[in-house]
Amino acid sequence: MRVLAAMSGGVDSAVAAARAVDAGHDVTGVHLALSRNPQSYRSGARGCCSIEDSNDARRAADVIGIAFYVWDMSAEFHAEVVEDFIAEYDAGRTPNPCLRCNEKIKFAAVLDRALALGFDAVVTGHYARLVEAPSGEVEMHRAGDAAKDQSYVLGVLTQHQLRHSLFPLSDDDKPVVRAEAERRGLSVAAKPDSHDICFVSDGDTSGWLHDKLGSRPGSVVDEAGAVLREHDGAFAFTIGQRRGLHLGTPAPDGKPRFVLDIEPVSGTVTVGPREHLAVDEIVATRPLWCGRAPTGSLECTVQLRAHGDDVPATAHVDGDTVRLTLHEGVDGVAPGQAAVLYDGTRVVGSATITSTVRRGAAVQG
Amino acid sequence: MTTTRRVYLDHAATTPMVPEAIATMTEQMARGGNPSSLHTSGREARRVVEESREEIAALVGARPGDVVFLSGGTEADNLAVKGLFWARRDADPRRRRVIAPAVEHHALLDPLVWLATHEGAELDLLPVDRSGRVDPDALRDALARGTDDVALVSCMWANNEVGTVQPVDDVVALASPHGIPVHSDAVQAAGHLGVDFAGRGLDAMTVTAHKLGGPTGVGALVIRRELDATPQLHGGGQERDVRSGTLNTAAIAAFATAARVAERERATLTPRLEALRTRLVDGVRAAVPDVLVNGDPEPGDGHRLPNVAHLTFPGCEGDSLLMLLDARGIECSTGSACSAGVPQASHVLLAMGHDDEAARGSLRLSLGHTSTEADVDAFLAELPAVHERASAAALVGSRGR
Repeated sequence: MRVLAAMSGGVDSAVAAARAVDAGHDVTGVHLALSRNPQSYRSGARGCCSIEDSNDARRAADVIGIAFYVWDMSAEFHAEVVEDFIAEYDAGRTPNPCLRCNEKIKFAAVLDRALALGFDAVVTGHYARLVEAPSGEVEMHRAGDAAKDQSYVLGVLTQHQLRHSLFPLSDDDKPVVRAEAERRGLSVAAKPDSHDICFVSDGDTSGWLHDKLGSRPGSVVDEAGAVLREHDGAFAFTIGQRRGLHLGTPAPDGKPRFVLDIEPVSGTVTVGPREHLAVDEIVATRPLWCGRAPTGSLECTVQLRAHGDDVPATAHVDGDTVRLTLHEGVDGVAPGQAAVLYDGTRVVGSATITSTVRRGAAVQG
Repeated sequence: MTTTRRVYLDHAATTPMVPEAIATMTEQMARGGNPSSLHTSGREARRVVEESREEIAALVGARPGDVVFLSGGTEADNLAVKGLFWARRDADPRRRRVIAPAVEHHALLDPLVWLATHEGAELDLLPVDRSGRVDPDALRDALARGTDDVALVSCMWANNEVGTVQPVDDVVALASPHGIPVHSDAVQAAGHLGVDFAGRGLDAMTVTAHKLGGPTGVGALVIRRELDATPQLHGGGQERDVRSGTLNTAAIAAFATAARVAERERATLTPRLEALRTRLVDGVRAAVPDVLVNGDPEPGDGHRLPNVAHLTFPGCEGDSLLMLLDARGIECSTGSACSAGVPQASHVLLAMGHDDEAARGSLRLSLGHTSTEADVDAFLAELPAVHERASAAALVGSRGR
C-alpha cells in the first residue's frame, strides 16, 4: 500500500513509520504544522508542534529512508481544535482536544487529503490494536499495555477511518518501542513523551483560557448556596477538581471539597464532599460508532477520560442520544468529556457527555 | 517512494556544479594555505584568491577592488542593506528611509524589516505591476517625497520566483543623481543575463556562486570601493576591512571558474533554455488549459530570465503538486519561502495582485545547464495525472481549498 505516516517528531510515530516500511508499504512521512507561529506552541520534548519537533521528524524520516514533507494544517487545527476548546470551556464544559484533533484533523483533514492524493492509509504511532473481523469489519481493540493504551482518544474513529488507518505499534510496550528506536538509530529514542495540551505553551491552561476569554467573575458556593469565595473565571475549574480551590475556610465537617458543578451562564462553581461527586447516569450525544451503529440497549464498559478506569454500564442508544447507566458511581465526570464504550477490549464507539445525574440531582452541561 | 529517475527542474534554487568548477575546487582543496599568511603557501593561496577576484570583476564589469568575497547571497544582501544603512545614517542622521520593491528576496526584505523594527529605518516598499515589475514612477514618487532622508535604494536584477527583470537602469537614473547608493541583488541574473556593474552605474551588487555552476557557501558583494559600508563581521579584516573571516580559497577559485564557464556558454545556453522553456510552457498549456503563466511573457534581457517558468494551477495547492511530482522523480519548487518547511503564500505573487489561493497554488520550474528535452517531456508526461490528483485533494479538507 501507499501510506502516509504522520510523524510528530516523537519516538512512537517514528517507529510506526519504520515498521510500515518493514511491512513492505510505500511510506511517505508528513509532519503536521499545527501553528502558524510554531514558537507559540509547546516546544521541545513536551509537545508536537515546534520547529524542533519538525526537525526531529525529518531526521527520523532520513534515517528510515522515506520522503518527508511538512503539511500546514494550522488553519484547520485552529478552527476545529483550538477554537472548539475555547468555546467548550466558555460553555462550562471540559473538552478533550486530543480526541477532537484525531476526529477532525489526523483522521479527517489529513486522511481525506492523503486519500485524494493517492495514498491508501494513514499510519500513526498510536497504541491500539486493529483486527479484521470475520465479517470484514475492522475492529479496534485496547492495547495490551494499559498505561499506553490510546484507544480512548481514538474512540471517535468510524469504520471508514479505521479501514484507512494503520497503528503498527499495536499493543507493544513502550520500552520495546524505545529499544527498537535505539536499534534503528533513531535519535528520538530517548525523547520524553509529550503531555498536556500542545497549544498551551507553558502548560498553564487556566491562564491561557483567561487570556482568551477574559475575566468572568463568579462565585464558588457550597451546596447550600453560601458563597465561599469569588473567582475570575469558571474555566479555571473542572468537575472533580480538589486542588487549588483556595476556599480559605475548611468545610464544617473538615472533609476535603470537590468541584461538583459549573454553571456556565452565572459562572457559579459548586463544591461539596466527595460522596456527592459520584455519577450514576450519563447522557451523551453526537455518537460516533467504530462499526455498525448499535440500537436499543447494550451491556458494555465505559471509559470517561484518558487513562481513566472503565466501568460496567448499560447503554441505551436512541438515535443521536446515548444514555449510560453506570453500574458503579464514577467521580469527576464533566460535560464535554467523551464517553468511550467498550465490549471487552473492543471499542464500540464514543459520544460526548452533555449531562450527568448523581444522587438524584441532574447536572446540565 | 523508490524511484531511480531524477528530473531536476529547480536550477533557480541551486544548479549542479559544472565539471570545470569541481576540478578547480578539488585541485585547490588539495593545496591548503591561508591566503592571509605571509609564507609561500599563504602567498600561493592569496594569488589564487586575487586572480579569482580579477576574473570575477572582469566578468561582472567591476574593478577587482570592488569585489568582497563572503558566504553567499544572504550575507551579501545583509551587508549591502545594513552596511550601507548604518554608514549613510552615521554620516547624516536624517537618512533613515530605505526603498525597495515589495518583491525582493527575503534575504533582502528581512534585513530591511529588521532595520525598521530595531534601528529606526523607515521602510518604503514599491508596488509592482501584474508581471512583477516595479514601476519607475513609483520610485519617482518615493523620491519626490524627499531625497535627503534616503539611506539607500535596492532593486533586484531579476526576480527569483517569477523571473521578471527589473528596470535597474531606471532605478539608477532616478536615485544616483541624488547621491543615493543603489544596490541590486543579481543572484538570479548572473550567469543568465549580462550583469555589467559599472556599466549600469550600480553602487553595490550581490552575486553568488551556486546559482551559476559554482559551489554553495561562496558569493560576493560587489561594492564600489569608494563607498563606506559598516562591517557586519568584525575580526581579521580580510576583505577590505568590511568583511572578516578566513577566505575560502577553493570555493572562491571554483566560483571564478563557474562564472567564466557561465559567461562562455551563455550565448549558446540562453537560446537552448528559451526553447526548453517554450516547450515546457506550451506543453503545460496543452495539458492544463487554465494554467496561468506568471511574470513577464516577453523573452529577452529587460523582460525575464530565460530559465524560469512560474505557473499557477487554479484549484490546486503547490505543495500537493510538488509532492506528487517528487514521488515521480520530478523535482521543482513552489518558488516561495518556507518557514520550518511550511509553505507560505508567496509575497511576490501577492504583491503582483494575486489572491492568497493563487499564491499557494503555484509551481516554479527552473531550467539550467544540465536540462534536456527529455527532462521537460518527463514532467509533461506526469503532469496530467498529478494535476488531476492535486485538484481532487484541494476539493477535500475543511478549508475548501
